[in-house]
Amino acid sequence: MALDRWIALILLGICLIYGYTAFFTMDAGLPPFMQRNPVWPSTFPKVLSVLAILACLVIVLGLEKGDGTEKAPDINYRRLTDYNLGQALMLLALMVAYALLLRPAGFLLSTVGFLFFGAMILGERKYHVMLLVAAIAAGSVWYLVQEVLGIFLRPWPFFLMGG
Amino acid sequence: MLEGLMIGLSTAFSVTNILMVIGGCLIGTFIGMLPGLGPMSIIAIMIPVAISIGDPSAALILLAGVYYGAIFGGSTSSILINAPGVASTVATSFDGYPLARQGKAGKALTVAAIASFSGGTIGAILLMIFAPALATVALLFHSAEYFALMVVGLSAIAAFAGTGQVAKALLMTILGLIMATVGEGALFNLPRFTMGIMDLQSGFGFITLAMAMFALPEAIYLVLDPKRSNTEAGGEIKDLRITRDEAKAIAPVIGRQSIQGFLIGVLPGAGATIASFLGYAVERNIAPKEEQEQFGKGSVKGLAAPESANNAACTGSFVPLLTLGIPGSGTTAILLGALIALNVTPGPRLMVDDPQIFWAVIVSMYIGNVILLILNLPLIPYIAKVLAVPRNYLIPFILFFTLMGAYIGQNNATELLLLVGFGVAATVLRFADYPLAPLLIGFILGRMLEDNFARSMQLYDGIGFILERPMTLGLLAVAVLLVVLPSYRARRARLRAEGTADGD
Repeated sequence: MALDRWIALILLGICLIYGYTAFFTMDAGLPPFMQRNPVWPSTFPKVLSVLAILACLVIVLGLEKGDGTEKAPDINYRRLTDYNLGQALMLLALMVAYALLLRPAGFLLSTVGFLFFGAMILGERKYHVMLLVAAIAAGSVWYLVQEVLGIFLRPWPFFLMGG
Repeated sequence: MLEGLMIGLSTAFSVTNILMVIGGCLIGTFIGMLPGLGPMSIIAIMIPVAISIGDPSAALILLAGVYYGAIFGGSTSSILINAPGVASTVATSFDGYPLARQGKAGKALTVAAIASFSGGTIGAILLMIFAPALATVALLFHSAEYFALMVVGLSAIAAFAGTGQVAKALLMTILGLIMATVGEGALFNLPRFTMGIMDLQSGFGFITLAMAMFALPEAIYLVLDPKRSNTEAGGEIKDLRITRDEAKAIAPVIGRQSIQGFLIGVLPGAGATIASFLGYAVERNIAPKEEQEQFGKGSVKGLAAPESANNAACTGSFVPLLTLGIPGSGTTAILLGALIALNVTPGPRLMVDDPQIFWAVIVSMYIGNVILLILNLPLIPYIAKVLAVPRNYLIPFILFFTLMGAYIGQNNATELLLLVGFGVAATVLRFADYPLAPLLIGFILGRMLEDNFARSMQLYDGIGFILERPMTLGLLAVAVLLVVLPSYRARRARLRAEGTADGD
């Protein structure tokens, strides 16, 4: 079974859960005055879940036939290991780390770290250039966001900010 | 109309707004040239900046400038290195790259710039004529018709997705609608589907979703396949002039394709990509025999056709956005999201309530086109240096900007985790050839669709509004036809090859 049908199967599961919530559990806590309304918070989700389940089924069962000519895909997922999969996964992990560290470690430190390790994962080895570029970029973005756009970004780690 | 034009001129010709257009065009060209970053990603990245400007006209002018700039930058990288940054400039590379290989890169860029300029300008004139007329009609619409009209728009997007793709595009649209129901709805004030997570109370952030759907998968693709950022220059850029004969040859092409492109751009779902491919095909078919053979080998006509068509289509896609509040493409969907964040509701009331926004955007389109022609074209040899930025530095920066965009929008670290999660999901969906633009359009329209639906249900005390309002019924019938017809026709002509429709 091709990947697109597997995906449709997974989405079908999600839509079934969504539909179950809409049809059976959502209305339980509905205040009585709302129940006299012709439209409930669950009305639209009910319609959507039915439509989504139908669309999933069409794909899973292969009811819609293509024109037979398969487009050359950008990336052939069947041979994913031929590509730089490790690098991609490591960069994604780095992004998660950034998300978790942004608050506690402060913007400047986590950004310099992100840009530095990002380049390193991709195979860059000129450490002093990388550090310089990362520091300048982090500093100027912080200045832009904080001073020009006026959005607060905690620059330093929590223990340096005095609360 | 003249009065409106005056309002627009006075708004657009303030120092700030002219700087916005110039800045937007330059940023757009700059980033649009990078392989793999399309206008959608760039606009998504620019939205936090635009929102913090605060003035809706200035913000929209900036974003529109970025949009044209990105399309122009995409053509440049198509011509110079045969690496279209955007789906809508793929057709540009058919003849643009061969010209660059023959050492005529400068000429090719000039032809592309002139064609883009004319396409954009003619498109803006048509927009000025069409949009107010359409808005007058749309003012008669009630929530029931709005609901039906949005359904038509959404099904049209699925229907134009290409053979064998309708169910996928439809599923993505509905998934977007489903994601829009997460959080507190406007009409009910009850948290729905939040699974008890506080950060989901206000729903998913649309910038997060836009980044996750476009910028992040594109960056992951760049990492996975280094060949995508292959930046081997096709030739040195010199001698930007074109001859009088060439100008004569491309003039009618530009005229035809600007109008055709605009009309295609107005249709929801059929954006600049389809316009450029169709424009190329039409011009090749009607060209004389000996010129037909030149197509694909460096014909100036083959270059002018997709370029004027895709720019006119970009302008055309503003018609449904500004008059009905319904985006026809991923890019205009993102613009719609930005407008809503700025407390402006696009739609027929826009021209009555905030005429300065509408007209300022139109005037800025002219200014933007002029700037692309007189400012960007001479600068191209220098801007093209950005293509030499090593990918080891480029990719971490792209990822960082997607993270920043999502963080600034919501000021919330959970948003970053959502971004990575959705980004991975979007990449997998792209592997399996699911179109992602419909998901975002569905997401952005979801809340409005439900509000209009709920309002009509309340007014007519039930589902009866569909039968009681003939226009609603008619529109809904059109929507059903749009979805059913392509698969019916595909069944009859299974072997016919179809054009592809990626987001643009």
